[in-house]
Amino acid sequence: MNRTNAVRARGVRKSFGEVVALDGVDLDVESGQVHGLVGPNGAGKTTLLGLLLGLAVADSGRLEILGTPVGRVLAVPDGVAGFVDGPGLYPSLTARQNLSALALLREQNAVGTGGVDEALEQVGLTDVADDRVRGFSLGMRQRLGLAAALLTKPRLLVLDEPANGLDPAGKHHVHRVITELAADGTAVVLSSHHMDELAVLCSEVTILATGRVVFTGPVRKLAAESGELDYRLLTSDPAAARGVASETPGLRVLSDRGSGERLDADVLVVRGPVPALDELVVRLVRAGVAVRELGPVVAPLEAAFLALTGTDTVPGQNMEVLT
Amino acid sequence: MTATVAPPQVRARPVPVMHGYRFELVKLLSQWRIRVLLGACWIAPALFVAAVSLQSSLPADTVFGRLMHTTGWAGSLVVLGFSGTWALPLLTALVAGDVFAIEDRLGTWRHLLVAMRSPSRIFAAKGLASLTVLLLLVVGLAASSVAGGLAVVGNRPLVGLDGHILAPTDAAATALLAWACVLAPTLAFAAVGLLGSVALGRSPMGLLMPALLAFTLQLAQMLPLPVAVRLALPSHAFLAWRGLFTSPAQTGPLLIGLAVSLAWAVTATALAYRLFLRRDFTDVTYDGSGRRVLVAGVAPLVGLVVLTVVVVGGTTPARGSGIERAKLQDSLATAFAHLYRLQARELRRPDVTEAQLRASASCDKGGSRVVDEGPGNDWRCVVSWHLPGVDAVGTAIYQLDVTADGRYVADGDGPKEVNGYFQVRTPTGDAPNPLWQFDGNVDLLVSSRKG
Repeated sequence: MNRTNAVRARGVRKSFGEVVALDGVDLDVESGQVHGLVGPNGAGKTTLLGLLLGLAVADSGRLEILGTPVGRVLAVPDGVAGFVDGPGLYPSLTARQNLSALALLREQNAVGTGGVDEALEQVGLTDVADDRVRGFSLGMRQRLGLAAALLTKPRLLVLDEPANGLDPAGKHHVHRVITELAADGTAVVLSSHHMDELAVLCSEVTILATGRVVFTGPVRKLAAESGELDYRLLTSDPAAARGVASETPGLRVLSDRGSGERLDADVLVVRGPVPALDELVVRLVRAGVAVRELGPVVAPLEAAFLALTGTDTVPGQNMEVLT
Repeated sequence: MTATVAPPQVRARPVPVMHGYRFELVKLLSQWRIRVLLGACWIAPALFVAAVSLQSSLPADTVFGRLMHTTGWAGSLVVLGFSGTWALPLLTALVAGDVFAIEDRLGTWRHLLVAMRSPSRIFAAKGLASLTVLLLLVVGLAASSVAGGLAVVGNRPLVGLDGHILAPTDAAATALLAWACVLAPTLAFAAVGLLGSVALGRSPMGLLMPALLAFTLQLAQMLPLPVAVRLALPSHAFLAWRGLFTSPAQTGPLLIGLAVSLAWAVTATALAYRLFLRRDFTDVTYDGSGRRVLVAGVAPLVGLVVLTVVVVGGTTPARGSGIERAKLQDSLATAFAHLYRLQARELRRPDVTEAQLRASASCDKGGSRVVDEGPGNDWRCVVSWHLPGVDAVGTAIYQLDVTADGRYVADGDGPKEVNGYFQVRTPTGDAPNPLWQFDGNVDLLVSSRKG
């Protein structure tokens, strides 16, 4: 099966004065792929998204978007849409007027009102189509921004925190739109601080730290980078569970002293590989201790992210090993 | 096995300027502030002219103000005078001074750039859209004020600034030409607005730049500046249209004013364009580049003023204040002769021509210890004239208040039969006395004849 590259970046570098925002970034995004871009604040995500949208030009390196090399001018090819740092909307216009004006601007007369209505429907804003954007919530603005991007029938959609400010229903709506677009062959590059969102949406992720790529690849591969995780264990008898856990091979019981996260006194935190956890559960059951909850303190993707970016705030990382 | 291949190349295609222009117009016209301005410019002048024309007391301190009872065209010219002083600079500030800054406030630059893909086209679209709105506002001011005057007072002849009578059609053409002339300085102020809007981002100082410039130039115009400096200011064309209402028209200062205004418009627009293209659109915290931008924007304009002063000073006969005794005497005598004929017609007296009257004036400023030159309200003139078949020479006294821009108000100081009362008794009733008080305009540029 042949797939086309919507984005191909090699050694892209971008500085702002003394500050190096991107330092030799490589990136490949195939059409039909939802590609997540994550990184701590200041990692260079917005700069990279800006390059993809034609808001800035790279100082060096090679960037191809939809097969077209991006030169030294602020322009990207047709078929690229999206937003960085929130959607650009005009509060004095209604949702429909915002989209109609944009459609006229992009010479989409053929799409006409039908295209605008369709885009509004796609993001679930039909009911408020004739309301002024001035009164919209952040989530509604995000959805309208997505609708504006959809108007152009993009082949590459670049979204910065698309679910920011959305309620669960809105988030679900947006996820569905993105998934459908990708299924139709659109490449989607999105940034997010929510690893769970990336896990749901993305097939591949790229993690940036201080302008460099520290990981790029499938999400499942990222999860494997997390190594040993800390797990919260809530049982019917915490004291007995502590004893059982401390005797389970390959498992360590952690104290929450020094942890940034406040844990319930009845909650036990253990660290170890998955087989050791399986053994712990078996032993607890044999000892007549009911297991009420067993789950990672930090999600595997998030743990991998924190480990890769060297962010020293992992709950449990500062925990003292008791056994 | 999955193989990745390069997709067919897609061209980067910027949006045509006309599409961007339409987009910008939609945005501008959706703003309540612009709608209010449009409504005000298309309605308020008509109401103002109609209301003032119905009052017994007229704004005599404004050029043509004292004629608002006489002809419907005077009201429009009063509005034009006021517009040039305050309204047009303020309108340019509110429209052009905000057209770029609003994107900073709304945080929509990135969106716009992604949509249009060309900063230069964004600039062109914004510039054209703001000019269109300004044009709509100016046309509104003109049309509304004319409509108000014609509806209430009527389409009657207008007395020019040298006392000659303009037939209604001539008055209409000249008034419209005067309105057209102020488009040039409006363009200059609009360009300064664009420059401020680009240079200072969301800062309100950008919005205020045309208004501040207008205020500064107003102050400068009040000072007894040399003519070369006065004509080199971009606001001069807001005043120079008055020269159209003399016969022959005082076209020199007007043409220079128009040229200076257009030079300002081009220079300020070019500076704004240069600054705009240099901007980093990925920086959301951009708020103008402060002092550097201010220097890059303001210094060339100051340089333009200096250059214009040198050019005007070197290529025209303009010297000193431009207000000289001989010019004032000529202007006053001409105006008096024209108005004398008008008074004679009102009083049903035999008509005499200006040539037969052989009117002349003798002026003195502030007595023997003061040089007879420059603006001031201490000019005293004696006008003399002859009537056919009468040996005696008629004389009348006028106190003149001459302002630095060349405009003067001649206030009759007797004899009472000629210019002592504000009304004259005609066979059909009392009528305004044209010789009691009248406006005149000295051409600052022409060199006065000796003697």
